[in-house]
Amino acid sequence: MARIDDYRPIVGDQTIDELYLLGERLKNITIQNVNSTPFGGGVAEILSRMIPLMKDLGVDVWWDVIKGDDHFFQITKKIHNALHGIELSLTREELSYFLEVNQENAKSIKKWADIVFVHDPQPIYLVKEKRRLKNKWIWRCHIDFSNPKRDVWLFLKKFIEKYDVSVFSAPAFARKLSIRQVLIYPSIDPLSDKNKELDQKFIDSILERFGIDKQRPIITQISRFDYLKDPIGVIKAFRLVKKYIDCQLILAGGGAKDDPEGERVLAEVREEAKKEKDIHIIHLPPASNLEINALQRVSTVILQKSLREGFGLTVAEALWKEKPVIASWVGGIPLQIAHKYSGILTYTIEGTAHWIKRLVNEPEYAKRLARNGKQHVKNNFLILRQIQDYFLLFLSLFNPQDVVYL
Amino acid sequence: MREKFFHFHTRVTQIELLGYTARNIKELYQGIKKVPPSSIYHHTHRYLEQHRYFSPEHPNDFSYWITNSLGLRKLGEKIASVDIFQFSDIEDLRKEFLIILDDYLKTTSALRGCLSGEEFRFLSSKIFILPTPFKAHNLEEFSFYLKKVTVHSLYFHIFEARVRLKKADNDFSCWLRDLGYKELAEKISKIDPYTHTLEGLRQKIINFVSEYLHGTDR
Repeated sequence: MARIDDYRPIVGDQTIDELYLLGERLKNITIQNVNSTPFGGGVAEILSRMIPLMKDLGVDVWWDVIKGDDHFFQITKKIHNALHGIELSLTREELSYFLEVNQENAKSIKKWADIVFVHDPQPIYLVKEKRRLKNKWIWRCHIDFSNPKRDVWLFLKKFIEKYDVSVFSAPAFARKLSIRQVLIYPSIDPLSDKNKELDQKFIDSILERFGIDKQRPIITQISRFDYLKDPIGVIKAFRLVKKYIDCQLILAGGGAKDDPEGERVLAEVREEAKKEKDIHIIHLPPASNLEINALQRVSTVILQKSLREGFGLTVAEALWKEKPVIASWVGGIPLQIAHKYSGILTYTIEGTAHWIKRLVNEPEYAKRLARNGKQHVKNNFLILRQIQDYFLLFLSLFNPQDVVYL
Repeated sequence: MREKFFHFHTRVTQIELLGYTARNIKELYQGIKKVPPSSIYHHTHRYLEQHRYFSPEHPNDFSYWITNSLGLRKLGEKIASVDIFQFSDIEDLRKEFLIILDDYLKTTSALRGCLSGEEFRFLSSKIFILPTPFKAHNLEEFSFYLKKVTVHSLYFHIFEARVRLKKADNDFSCWLRDLGYKELAEKISKIDPYTHTLEGLRQKIINFVSEYLHGTDR
């Protein structure tokens, strides 16, 4: 596990020193994170990396996980889907069971901190304890909140408004709420397997394993096999490019297991690609982070041609590897790419094909975009920036004014 | 009384979501009219820190959105060209944007809307100011520490001091003037920081100090 000082060569001493300064200001404040799973999923992944780093910075922080049976997690899955805009209904019994499990968890938590930092909707009703404990409460929403189903939203809203502050990952997720809403972008960890520097021998071995030719341009999209990631659109764009440029396409990702739709999409993509020898469909098992890292590093151009997207952190991962990225103008992607400055934003298959050709044919321009893109990620989307944002969030609970002297 | 040494401070920002959006110029006008000053400040200064090494084409969020999401290039250019350095009061800057948008609205009958999902979303920011360990007692130390501090520190002493904290000048020039380096103070004061990247600005100030020291030594 990386230590905070391991990041000095990446972001510089000044950034780490500033984090220590902020950490000092939190010396006498305890912070308790609560979520619903100790591993698997983005929230657990980021907490498991971030909490040791916060401790390195001198902050007294810990992490509790609520417990629930299958029925509870079926209900929370439904809530999750409804917040994503999927049409479904929750019965009164389901909602009261959801609250009941939260209350049981509240009783079993023995140690409460000065700040309780609740992640996502599953433990949201723990806030009932706020009146008794008289401490500060934060609700952090990690999911795409742009189009939630009204009844589920109204059910959650009354609990959210009991918190001191709410946190969202993108401006599009802001709601009308009576409490403060803070924007904290998600982040990538430059020292994780998915993003760390790799040995050239390892990269070559991956190319060999998948039969990829490193002499010809490589166009890549890394994503789940999902209609919303538009893999068929990517193949169509590639065909338009292939008429003029001898190149290869990699469509790599996982997520099809236990997901009937994912398997169907994968089958369709394979069917679409079967007549084309230079299309590599790579279905990766979970935890293939090193393979994904290698495939990104070897690419000439990286695509993220999503039709809908939450934040779309795969874009930040590609930019971090100093690659020119062409991505759709959806979700959180425009926050990561300023068009024609740190990458390219497109709307159509034809537009995507046009820009692939431009970037392959104009490597100097592509390099400039990639350089700006990497710098943009370094300044805005690394885990250290997210730690800083969290520290400010904690401090803001005790400093309500617009300009705070610490 | 002002201290003789220059104590470098730094500042970090927390972004808040205001929950207001705009889909066309009329709604942008209404939004700019009602948001707090910290929001106008955020949308006109954010780019400076996010793009530290290369200046993007659009120097504020309003012009970027008007050009790219509404396709109104002429209006986008007008908003981009507002000389922010001339405004030490955010309220005057707000008025300037409103005048330009109002002129446009008066001459336009059909409003062009953005695509769904590309709405302008108003944000604002809260700032936290922290002392760094760096204190300069003379020009040599000043130049030395200026190379060491983060761009946030530079940003704080140049932009935040003047616009948000409403000081008469940037912090560096104030301190230099107090020490009697009037000419150097004026030189730094005259730099338009909005047309530089932060790294470019840092280098320029360091060069000015170095030229001054070199000249005096001779």
